[in-house]
Amino acid sequence: MAETKESKISTTALRAYVMIGVLALIWAYFHWATGSIFMTPTNLSNLATQMSVTAIIAVGMLMVIVSGNIDLSVGSVLGFAGGIAALSMTTYEFGLVPSIVFAVVVGILIGLFQGALTAYLSIPAFIVTLGGLLAWRGAVKWLLGGYTVPVSDDTFKAIGNEYILPAGGWIIAAIAIGFILFMAYRNARSVKDYGLGEANYGGEMVKAIIPIVGVIAFIWVMNSYRGIPVPVIILLGVALFGAFLTNSTTFGRYLYAIGGNADAARLSGINNKLQVLKVYALLGAFTGIAALIFTARVGSAAPDAGVLKELDAIAACVIGGASLMGGRGTVFGACIGALIMASLDNGMSLLNVRDFMQDIIKGSILVIAVGLDMFGRRGS
Amino acid sequence: MPLLEMKDIVKEFPGVRALDGVSFTLEAGEFHSLVGENGAGKSTLMKVLSGVYPQGTYEGDILIDDEVHQFRGIRDSENAGVAIIFQELSLVKELTVGENIFLGKEPSSFGVINWSELYHRTAKLLRDLNLDIDPRVQVGNLGIGQQQLVEIAKALSKEAKILVLDEPTAALTESEVETLFAILRDLKARGVGMVYISHKLNEVFEMSDRITVLRDGKTIGTHNAADLTKEKVIELMVGRSVGNIFPECHHGFGERVLEVKNLTAYSIDAANKKVVDHVSFHVRKGEVLGIAGLMGAGRTELLMSIFGAWPGKYSREVFVEGRTVNLDSPAAAIREGIGFVTEDRKRFGLILDQTILDNMTLAGLKRISGSFLTNRTRETIAANGPMKSLRVKANSPLTVAGTLSGGNQQKVVLGKWLLTNPKVLFLDEPTRGIDVGAKQEIYAEINKLAEQGLAIVLVSSELPEVLGLSDRVMVLHEGRVTGEFVRSEATPEKVMAAATGNH
Repeated sequence: MAETKESKISTTALRAYVMIGVLALIWAYFHWATGSIFMTPTNLSNLATQMSVTAIIAVGMLMVIVSGNIDLSVGSVLGFAGGIAALSMTTYEFGLVPSIVFAVVVGILIGLFQGALTAYLSIPAFIVTLGGLLAWRGAVKWLLGGYTVPVSDDTFKAIGNEYILPAGGWIIAAIAIGFILFMAYRNARSVKDYGLGEANYGGEMVKAIIPIVGVIAFIWVMNSYRGIPVPVIILLGVALFGAFLTNSTTFGRYLYAIGGNADAARLSGINNKLQVLKVYALLGAFTGIAALIFTARVGSAAPDAGVLKELDAIAACVIGGASLMGGRGTVFGACIGALIMASLDNGMSLLNVRDFMQDIIKGSILVIAVGLDMFGRRGS
Repeated sequence: MPLLEMKDIVKEFPGVRALDGVSFTLEAGEFHSLVGENGAGKSTLMKVLSGVYPQGTYEGDILIDDEVHQFRGIRDSENAGVAIIFQELSLVKELTVGENIFLGKEPSSFGVINWSELYHRTAKLLRDLNLDIDPRVQVGNLGIGQQQLVEIAKALSKEAKILVLDEPTAALTESEVETLFAILRDLKARGVGMVYISHKLNEVFEMSDRITVLRDGKTIGTHNAADLTKEKVIELMVGRSVGNIFPECHHGFGERVLEVKNLTAYSIDAANKKVVDHVSFHVRKGEVLGIAGLMGAGRTELLMSIFGAWPGKYSREVFVEGRTVNLDSPAAAIREGIGFVTEDRKRFGLILDQTILDNMTLAGLKRISGSFLTNRTRETIAANGPMKSLRVKANSPLTVAGTLSGGNQQKVVLGKWLLTNPKVLFLDEPTRGIDVGAKQEIYAEINKLAEQGLAIVLVSSELPEVLGLSDRVMVLHEGRVTGEFVRSEATPEKVMAAATGNH
């Protein structure tokens, strides 16, 4: 009997180790194949920046998927919100802050609208957002008149292209380490406070070593190039927020409950519709943020900005262990999934793999990854 | 020569020996019941027989007509004349009755289905069974009882020599049970051997020639039904003498905790059809109110409507401790102190993929944790309470709910609602499909909760359960109250007369 418990806990942990292992293999291969270019501070910094747009959307998408829903419209919404921000910066000259606010608010409003159609009118999410995929892409083209709108403002472009000074990086590292230690202390302390045993401060501190080393290594690598890229800082913020929501709030628990068994959740007093509405609004907000980074990085809003981004985000979630049936998945997994996808893009570009080959390989890896996962699950 | 002989069957799962040398025989034209607590190995034995567990995954021999058979799958066992009707329905709801019955063996030439032959053969089959069901109606539009009868018709269309029925009456009304039993008696006369798995001992004794009791994967004994009594069978099943399975208990009642006036609820499908019609009742502190009635009497609809969870239209006035309350959602009902252990735990009660802990704290999460942040430690402490008091058999609160036995799953659902700190607890079929031991524990818990001052509304299809536990019994028939009896007046005859509308 004791076996069941052990194996259940280790399944979750095992999945995380396997994903990190796969990532390490991919990195090792590219490092070798590119003649030691892949794992240089310059390239890793690029890689981190490249993954950020997909990963930010993937964090929101993960929560939507966990609730048993889907959003196919995020690529088009990204284009639309980016177009709004670009026009606000150039044609209408509203300035930086209002333009940022517009992009995020547009994302939220679209999320609320599509979420309401799904939750309150019971139109299947797949259909609502498939319609959104078409309609918002049309709206971008209409908005931009079919042209690319360049944004020359340097402060705006900084969102996608600048770096935090190395000193700033170390300050962030210090804050992160302080936070990790505080959480370790609190964990040890709560055991005693609730009378579950003696506080094991030493043990908790040992467990904190790995994340602390990770933080230091990450900052050191980023600072070896030009510091932490701004998009990566934003991604870290979004990912931490997403992890916090899913792990530590009633909202997060309700999402897993709704995705796991919507009837049981409803009868347990959960307002399923409201939670679904909220999660779509949240994905909309993240999509708006991603749109700003995307537009700033490219330096313009284009009618085809964000095409196929929805599939990248969904693939990241699924590679990261989320179930499209709902109820299962983690923000950490989705981020690793996005990193795996970005690593493949980056490495294959370095190797000059032809475009069409890249697509074929990425598509195959998605199917293989999920296939192996299903196979493993059946085995257990 | 027996029709079927299973010899020394051993079936192991990782870490568990589910069947430990079980032997079983069935004669032609015999009705042979297989009884035992959940986990005793009944379903496993039948899965070996049907080829769900193929040859090589178990030890022992299966002989049909003295010939050793080795089944690689269900197809093989069907060809050898074995038909099984599982607990869960295996019909495709979107297809018609005829399509379902002939699924996989449609009369056809060159891949083109001969529809008229299919429906004529279906009609004949249904007529032979005295079933008044249209072969062209979609299965999803039939009531659950009729679906069960279609399932049986499907099994019979295979010309089975051996028919296995796993809890076939769980969802049937009294009259449907009678229809089923008439069919089974007819089959018996035609020489079909039947293996019958059921927790309902009344039915077992009504129908059986012989009864085999399994316990912990072993055959405890096979006896002629005439030589046994219910008490004896229960004793063999649990391995100890149980005495009266309904614990005696005496408690006084306090003031009215919940009062419902003029509750009317309408069908989801037909907006003008009343499923509950002007029902009013109350329940007092420390009282167990039983609601008896047949399937379709409106019992679940009544509870769902009070709870703000009925998907169709409804209207009612609800008073909690004398105050008018507006229960427009389950959340509001929970806030006012109503807990609802819903029927069908797998569908409405549990998130099977999640842990005991996550399931238990779900309904009371904001009370336990705080309205925004969750707190694992506080949740663990909270969940440990019911885990201990209800004696949930699992090694930790982190065990996944789907891996538990039915009885333990039911305890988790009950625990979930106790953690909302209710004043009134609705129990809808709280012991369906769980073994005698777990039933007894749940009965004891119901009495304990009532003694502690909880008001309890109990819905159950098992009459002895309602009569054994309730201080007062309200009977529904087609959505109307047709009788109300205090404990001393509630006899099975009176309640059944009211439930069938003969009052």
